[in-house]
Amino acid sequence: MTLTGTPVPRKEDPRLLRGRGAFTDGFHARGELWARVVRSPVAHGAVRTVDVAKARVAAGVRAAVTAADLPPGLVIPVRLALRDLPLTDYLQPVLAADVVRYVGEPLAVVLAEDAYAAEDAAELVDVDIDPLPTVLTAAAAAADGAPPLFPAGNIAADVSMGYGDPEAGFARAAYAAETEIEIGRHTAVPLEPRALLAEPDPRTGGLSITGMTKVPVFNRDVLAGMLGIDETLIHVRAIDTGGGFGVRGEFYPEDYLVPWLARTLGRPVKWAEDRAEHLVAVNHSRQQVHRISAAFDAAGRILALADDILHDNGAYCRTHGITVPELTVAMLPGPYRVPAFRGRIRVLLTNKTPCGTYRAPGRFEGTTAREQLLDMAADQIGIGRAELRRRNLLRPDELPCRRPLTTLGTDVVLDTGDYPALLDAAEAEAGRLGYHATVAEGRAGGRRRGLGLAVFLEKSGLGPQDTADVVISNAGNVHVYSGGTSLGQGIETVLAQIAADALGVGLDAVHVVNGDTALQPFGSGSWASRSTVVAGNAVHAAATAVAGRARQLAARMLEAAEDDLVAADGAITVRGDPRSAVTLAQIARAAAPASGYLHPGEPAGLTARRRFEVTHMTYPYGVHVAVAEVDPGTGAVRVLRYLVAYEVGRAVNPALVEGQLRGGVAQGIGGSLLEEFSYDETGQPQAVTFMDYRMPTAAEIPPIDVVVAQQAKPGNPLGVMGAGEGGISAAGAAVASAVRDALGLAGSVARLPLTPARVAALADPDAAAGKSPPPGQQHIPSTGGAPCDLHR
Amino acid sequence: MTDKHHVRLRVNGTEHELLVEARRTLADMLRHDLGYTGTNLGCEHGICGACTVRLDGAPVRSCLVFGVQADGAEVGTVEGLADGDELSDLQQAFRDHHALQCGFCTPGFLMLAEAYFAERGLVQPGRAPGRPPSGAAGSEPPSGAAGNRAPAGDGAEPDEAEIRELVASNLCRCTGYQGIVAAMLATARSRHAAVRE
Repeated sequence: MTLTGTPVPRKEDPRLLRGRGAFTDGFHARGELWARVVRSPVAHGAVRTVDVAKARVAAGVRAAVTAADLPPGLVIPVRLALRDLPLTDYLQPVLAADVVRYVGEPLAVVLAEDAYAAEDAAELVDVDIDPLPTVLTAAAAAADGAPPLFPAGNIAADVSMGYGDPEAGFARAAYAAETEIEIGRHTAVPLEPRALLAEPDPRTGGLSITGMTKVPVFNRDVLAGMLGIDETLIHVRAIDTGGGFGVRGEFYPEDYLVPWLARTLGRPVKWAEDRAEHLVAVNHSRQQVHRISAAFDAAGRILALADDILHDNGAYCRTHGITVPELTVAMLPGPYRVPAFRGRIRVLLTNKTPCGTYRAPGRFEGTTAREQLLDMAADQIGIGRAELRRRNLLRPDELPCRRPLTTLGTDVVLDTGDYPALLDAAEAEAGRLGYHATVAEGRAGGRRRGLGLAVFLEKSGLGPQDTADVVISNAGNVHVYSGGTSLGQGIETVLAQIAADALGVGLDAVHVVNGDTALQPFGSGSWASRSTVVAGNAVHAAATAVAGRARQLAARMLEAAEDDLVAADGAITVRGDPRSAVTLAQIARAAAPASGYLHPGEPAGLTARRRFEVTHMTYPYGVHVAVAEVDPGTGAVRVLRYLVAYEVGRAVNPALVEGQLRGGVAQGIGGSLLEEFSYDETGQPQAVTFMDYRMPTAAEIPPIDVVVAQQAKPGNPLGVMGAGEGGISAAGAAVASAVRDALGLAGSVARLPLTPARVAALADPDAAAGKSPPPGQQHIPSTGGAPCDLHR
Repeated sequence: MTDKHHVRLRVNGTEHELLVEARRTLADMLRHDLGYTGTNLGCEHGICGACTVRLDGAPVRSCLVFGVQADGAEVGTVEGLADGDELSDLQQAFRDHHALQCGFCTPGFLMLAEAYFAERGLVQPGRAPGRPPSGAAGSEPPSGAAGNRAPAGDGAEPDEAEIRELVASNLCRCTGYQGIVAAMLATARSRHAAVRE
């Protein structure tokens, strides 16, 4: 029996349940100072003065710094440089010196003996800024004569990708559909705000940093470069975190400021942001306007797909560079047979918080636009929504499908699976669970209910590599030093399962340390649904190598042939002779220096380091089905039922896969209905508390049905695909589809999130107080009582 | 601002005395002064509920309570739930139902549930209401402390809608709430069955 494939309880749980989670703000260092960042209150302006004189002499204050105190020219570098776009004209300074470009931009830092004193003193910093004209939408940023945010302008990138001849496709189309869809600005908002503790080491001149959980080795290297010190002098410990979802652990201005201050002052520096800061400082995401169109032949087969997208990136390009816009375009054709494609995206800079990735970056946005368009097309062609998709989904015999597109520096090769079969399975499960009946019964009772359907393609397992070390201690325990990081996803458990199976030990014997740059200096971090695939296969390789070495040594110890040995329960035994056995602990001691079992020249230790490299991603896929009810009077939308069917190749821990999917759906419903960063006309953010930024509670999230499919055969040794993003990728699309169905719209829903005001306007455009309906929007009276139309 | 106040309180049955500023929150006092770092701060304005602790039995958001307000009180935090190495039935149910991922909101949900269950007379079998678990340091809680009230419930077993409404008090960003509802419901049912015996 293997642990892989088993829903074993998580190794993380006992400490977290007992309040012993290692969250950064729970760590303290003797003599620490607390940092407080002073942020711009103005969306766009010329900085006249940032005067810290009063703050410096306030009670308990030990230092206050501005851009003038920093080494000159420091900017936050791009982590993912794509398409040879350096973006150097649009990078964020560590502290703003001459110009501020969004509310929340760091201007100064105050350090005091206690957090309260630091916050008091931050209020004493005198900031004088001459306001400049603001640019608050992508369209305004792109317009001729727009106030420039940078000398180079407001367009950071203009990326086009495509293949085939879309114009020819549209020219011979039997049907064509087009719509404009806007995706709202929202983001991850993990429950733990960011925090850092930086401790200088007076003996070495180095630094120990707690926090920075996501890509610690990258952050270490960036920091070393900015500080001008050897990277091995910086020890980053990425520990427990209260959620990541893409935003946590990227290199932000504070990731330079806090360590630099600790080094400069020779004292530990602690920093923990508050929620109001978090909501304006941490990467936002998602905000795009799509003008999408498709051409179909008489049988409803796609001839061409085109999308022209404006991407609102906020005030700067940060570490993700153009990752989100590029992924949006490259993933847009999704799981369908698209013979001709043209995608263009312009990356525009506006006076709002800068953007980066949030769980399923580019796919949430693109899937919403594409699937709304397909719903419109199905109605126009007069076939069911599922049927239209079935006619266009790539069949298993068409895979692998190499698209003439690239993203994240890799070719887009849809590798494995059976897309139509998963659609069939999702439909059957929704039917079995009574989804269609829920809609029909509601309609019979006069309620506006709709069924939503969305099919999507994901990506996972981004390379280029991850590295793992496996070490057997003298006590016989298995220690795994992985380059992944623990963001709450359960990676500790998953990697322990993989190592335990390779070595024939129980789960309790395995101890996993993630994201410690001293123990694993070659880690690539956890993001892009990569860790089970890339870090998991690295652990598998390292543990398998250790198992092989253990067998070799056991053969010497037992004077038996390696082929006659079996490994199980932490020991290696001669087959058929259970008394001839050695434990892993005994083998580890036999591998110690000066052991008689070591041959001359053999390295000591029962250990291995292995690297897993991949040049292509593996592409999971899925189907979302939602039932929603709309109150046409208030515009309130309630999601009543929700189903996710998702292919993962092989679920190392099925319970964790289901948890990832359910959690993703909940976030996706939030972004579809509730969560939005809005700004007033001067660029002041209107969502800076949880009263205004409304995340879903248990009252808004229904029980979520899950189908975990394990049919695909990705090429990696473990046969796994990533599961982190399949719950959210199509949530916007499925909710929009259900609302569109409930209201009987001919056009698209036009805009997410579907707030009550917007839905009420969609439900009754005439009554929307003097407002004209969204462009292209027609209203069809509800088909109350009609059978549910998934097969219409 | 520098005026400090003498505060004496019990946390999970252990007595503490300290001097704090009047403005210092109970959350910061517990976390940074007394070392009970299991209580997490998610928003510091009373919405997310991650910092929920029990103050004389009642669930409170410790970011909205001043430390000086806890003078003379019995405070219950997540560190007081397990009995030595043994998780409480509620903690075990959270693990069994995959009710946590990052675990940052978990202490708040656990304390919220325990306060609610205590109101309903649903304490873990074998645990004296409001007492620290055996093996924990400390002495008798002050009278009027957690669990000494009469059960407020009607004796009926909490149903899923009731539990879901309770869970809607706090925010979780990872799980979609399903596991949390399931874990609390399972605990409520088993405790209810034990009480009825």
